[in-house]
Amino acid sequence: MLFFMETVISGLLAGVMYSLVALGFVLIFKASGVFNFAQGVMALFAALTLVGLLSGTTPFTHIDNPAFAMPAWVAIPLTIVVMIVFAILVERFILRHLVNQEQIILFMSMVGLAYVLEGAGDILWGSDVKVIDLGLPQGAWDWLLDGYGLYIEKIELVAAGTAVVLVAFLAVFFQKTRIGRALRAVADDHQAALSVGISLRSIWIIVWSVAGVVALVTGVVWGAKSGIQFSLSLIALKALPVLILGGFESIPGAIVGGLIIGVGEKLAEVYGGEIIVAIFGRWYEIDPGIFSATENWFAYVLALVFLLFRPQGLFGEKIIERV
Amino acid sequence: MAQAKKSPGTAAETPPSILTVNNIEVIYDHVILVLKGVSLEVPQGGVVALLGANGAGKSTTLKAISNLLYAERGEVTKGNIAFKGDRVDARSTNDLVKRGCIQVMEGRHCFEHLTVEENLLTGAYTRGNARKEIKDDLELVYTYFPRLKERRSSLAGYISGGEQQMTAIGRALMSRPVMMLLDEPSMGLAPQLVEEIFEIVKLLNEEQGVSVLLAEQNTNMALKYAQYGYILENGRVVMDGPAAELRENPDVKEFYLGISEEGRRSFRNVRSYRRRKRWLN
Repeated sequence: MLFFMETVISGLLAGVMYSLVALGFVLIFKASGVFNFAQGVMALFAALTLVGLLSGTTPFTHIDNPAFAMPAWVAIPLTIVVMIVFAILVERFILRHLVNQEQIILFMSMVGLAYVLEGAGDILWGSDVKVIDLGLPQGAWDWLLDGYGLYIEKIELVAAGTAVVLVAFLAVFFQKTRIGRALRAVADDHQAALSVGISLRSIWIIVWSVAGVVALVTGVVWGAKSGIQFSLSLIALKALPVLILGGFESIPGAIVGGLIIGVGEKLAEVYGGEIIVAIFGRWYEIDPGIFSATENWFAYVLALVFLLFRPQGLFGEKIIERV
Repeated sequence: MAQAKKSPGTAAETPPSILTVNNIEVIYDHVILVLKGVSLEVPQGGVVALLGANGAGKSTTLKAISNLLYAERGEVTKGNIAFKGDRVDARSTNDLVKRGCIQVMEGRHCFEHLTVEENLLTGAYTRGNARKEIKDDLELVYTYFPRLKERRSSLAGYISGGEQQMTAIGRALMSRPVMMLLDEPSMGLAPQLVEEIFEIVKLLNEEQGVSVLLAEQNTNMALKYAQYGYILENGRVVMDGPAAELRENPDVKEFYLGISEEGRRSFRNVRSYRRRKRWLN
């Protein structure tokens, strides 16, 4: 039972990470109808920038100069500024020119953006694996391990806590503020939003900036776990099944979808083999380790099932139809 | 009341006009020519109707003024538009709303997943965070549209078509406009509701001093409430005059009101007749 709990909890914590990536997608998809293929690369780029600033790396030369190393409280706001500048550039050079274009054109431009940003990250900060040190706690919680025998990593709880705070902040921002209301209006009906004088350009900049901040958080917590390297940009692919599960337009969907996939993945890996053996073991001889490598594809199979039976996802936007 | 005017070309000199559209040409996507030289004028405090059939260019004219054209990849390539004396043809919609000119789009376009009240509040977006004034204006909108107050917390996607039209007009009102461009407020509404909405527009015009440019297919209704009218066909103004004159004009009667000298014709005859005779050929 304890082992089961541990599996579920570590699944939930991994799920929080997926939710974070998916959140960035949802924000941009809602406000501009663009599927931001570059979200994963944005996480990588933001994390690289943060590490670069923390260790005083001179851009382009990749040489660390401890004299320029910044403390975290300077480096983090500065990285956020970089992401805002990035948002402005995206609006200025991509979105503005592609207004009212076909979905596929927007999508291709995002694929292009992903490659450009990836290259920019390499050129600016170098392509070697980096370690981020923000002083986040490492190791397991001793009192949980000693008292209850549960092994939970501190960093995962910190990540979960950060995600909760971020989501709560976003929820208040969207529901209660003037800008948040305008963002939801844009998500609902671009043209009508334009007609009441909401400037799409500034909304796009805001939403890409917010997605940039989400990317930074994602990059830091993933990076702290597995080092900051190119593979970080591939976590974006993990967000796809999360989005299909949760619905592309839904922030709660991104979170719940992430959790379901996180837990499902872990459970399938740990218990999947046993279940299969229990069911089919009578007739066939099955290796109980059959499900031991499911983590890589379980999410996609789950997404496929959802596409077949509930294509709008769990929380996909209700399509209001008037007859 | 609007002051008497001559033809649109010479009318530009008549001083108190709030909106002047001067010989504009609109092209979509760099190839499709939609407006071929439209001129019109709205006097301060007036109600002007823009009439014509489907595809005549009514909506495009309004979008050219409010510059919603930009989002549809359309462009004003010739002519100019002046609002309160300033040229506005290269201004963004956002800027025009700030200056007091707002469009109520065809087909309502409410934000379906926002409540009625949130819809209204988005109309005040350009006014920043002047909470107290915005709250007062919200009450003002509710006095004109008491029905919206009852439904303030319902999602706009679930209210009736008439209520959505009211929400759309109320939302525009929240920006404190001096000029409203109304695009087919009667679309898809029951005759009684159409009348109710036009009465409210008339009240807004009289009490709040909002000038109105009204694009309508419902010629009868529009000419009842407007003081002046323009008739568009194929992207050109083919006729204009005071509403009372247009109502009596035999061609208008025949084309748009369905009444000919011999009285009402059957719908079938009107169609075949229209095919033979057009304003432009």
